[in-house]
Amino acid sequence: MGKTIAEKIFEDHCIDQPFQDVYVLKLDRVFCHEMTTPMAIKDLIARNKDRVFDPDKIKAVIDHVTPAKDSKTAEQGKILRDWAERNGIKDFFDIGRNGVCHALFSEKGFVRPGFTAIMGDSHTCTYGAFGAFAAGVGTTDLEVGILKGVCAFRSPRAIKFILKGTLPNGVYAKDVILYIISKVGVNGATDCVMEFTGPVIDSMSMESRMTICNMAIEAGGTCGICYPDMVTVDYLWDFIKDEFPSKEEALNSYRKYISDSNAKYEKVLEYDLSGLEPLVTFGYKPDEVKTVREMEGTKVNQVYIGSCTNGRIEDLRIAAKVLKGKKISDKVRGILSPATPKVYEKALSEGIIKTFMDAGFCVTNPTCGACIGMSNGVLAEGEVCASTTNRNFNGRMGKGGMVHLMSPATAAATAIAGYITNAPLFRANQRRKGR
Amino acid sequence: MKIFEGEILFLDRSDINTDEIIPAKYLTDVSREALKPYLFEELNLNGFDHKKSLTGKGVIITRKNFGCGSSREHALWALEQNNINVVIAESFARIFRQNSFNCGMLAIELPSDKIEMLFFKYANKKTIANVNFEKEEVTFCSENNSDVLKFKLGEFDKAVVSAGGWINYANKKY
Repeated sequence: MGKTIAEKIFEDHCIDQPFQDVYVLKLDRVFCHEMTTPMAIKDLIARNKDRVFDPDKIKAVIDHVTPAKDSKTAEQGKILRDWAERNGIKDFFDIGRNGVCHALFSEKGFVRPGFTAIMGDSHTCTYGAFGAFAAGVGTTDLEVGILKGVCAFRSPRAIKFILKGTLPNGVYAKDVILYIISKVGVNGATDCVMEFTGPVIDSMSMESRMTICNMAIEAGGTCGICYPDMVTVDYLWDFIKDEFPSKEEALNSYRKYISDSNAKYEKVLEYDLSGLEPLVTFGYKPDEVKTVREMEGTKVNQVYIGSCTNGRIEDLRIAAKVLKGKKISDKVRGILSPATPKVYEKALSEGIIKTFMDAGFCVTNPTCGACIGMSNGVLAEGEVCASTTNRNFNGRMGKGGMVHLMSPATAAATAIAGYITNAPLFRANQRRKGR
Repeated sequence: MKIFEGEILFLDRSDINTDEIIPAKYLTDVSREALKPYLFEELNLNGFDHKKSLTGKGVIITRKNFGCGSSREHALWALEQNNINVVIAESFARIFRQNSFNCGMLAIELPSDKIEMLFFKYANKKTIANVNFEKEEVTFCSENNSDVLKFKLGEFDKAVVSAGGWINYANKKY
């Protein structure tokens, strides 16, 4: 019987199988941020175990509320900062160098095919885009990870998604993952690894694959995962070029982390996405999805472009193309939060920041901020936000607020119109088809 | 071990997420005690008032996919601070379920017909649930009714809860 990519990674990393179906894995990366790590640090201190298993494998960032907005968030930052220094964690990213964790750690090349990673953050599944097994965990798992470098998981059952066809112009990774979540439901992949494969994934950039894997958790998935290919190698090349004589050699080595053709799956789901339309959520669950056409005209008060889902340079470029030379509705507050300083710099040098500002957007520093309703764009009661983030839960971006999840293109078009609407590229595409 | 017993709070909805259990804005406190007043502050459920409905409750019965969304263990701590150490549901989100055992608390799954029976028979009455961890059964008792239902925990989950949580377990073993 062949193995899935996750089974191969488990096999490589398993240090103990205390019971059938339970695997204790050694960890290549333990990622930390200031919202869930301080309680682990406090507990380690109370237990007289203020140490880390390997300071080089731990990476930490202050990203959820930065700059600190009050004494409590300042204290959280301080606990993480002091701990990183005390324990010799060199890759600690503080203000000026910090960004949304999953975007930042990805662009730093910290995750490689075949790696295991955990973080006290549910969107850790993003790193599966690199052909890694990466899972969000709670503070206790994180604490054990920090101290021992291990984490326990049930056997990695997998669902294979074969995404066929070609995405129409104006349809993006966000639309693909919203479609998948709407098909399987918010618990459709619980306890499963979601393997994303097929020509649609093959032709996607790493950024787009990250968008897809990022939202695996919204279907209950433990991890989203894509097979490593030349796109992966190209993205990582600056970080791995000393390890391999050529890109081809790197790819050959990473090919180990591709599922065998006779691997066993929980389910295999095939979708032809050639007819996919831009999508948007309408309720308080990420599987409540309609086409933008169905939701056309829904008024919004705020448009937020950013987050670990869609705050990367590719996302900003797509949105800027829509916004170029246009003004956003005077009824709309537009907020752009580039996910990392590097994304911000690139956006500056490409004139994207200017496009956003000319259109009437406010540009914030890189932070999770508004996505979790903690700073930089919290909604008032009854307000509506068009957002490129990943969760539309009740109260997520502010008590009594409504969030509609969508792609950066749709968000930009919505900002201009003041209501949910399709971007011109997709509309032109539809006209050509004579719909 | 913690106390696995108490009056039942029935939450008749699926997909209750951790943002509803404890909103992100309260995650800035670095103490578990501070979370206590905010449990279920954002719960989107008709007739539920987090200031009143929780009084005296020690066990939750709910539907599918409880605890989905954010990985925040604060959801468990907020329950624990309100003396709720047991959630019985048709299913759980993985991270919440793992966090529960990791904290030495119970996430008990029962099949949908049993959950349906419990809602039908007990939801509008004062009902006490008492979990026998060793025998893996739970007794439900109201004024006029009682039932004993078997459940199944994973061997690993049981070992972790018996050890008093994952940190204790891992400290001894790894």
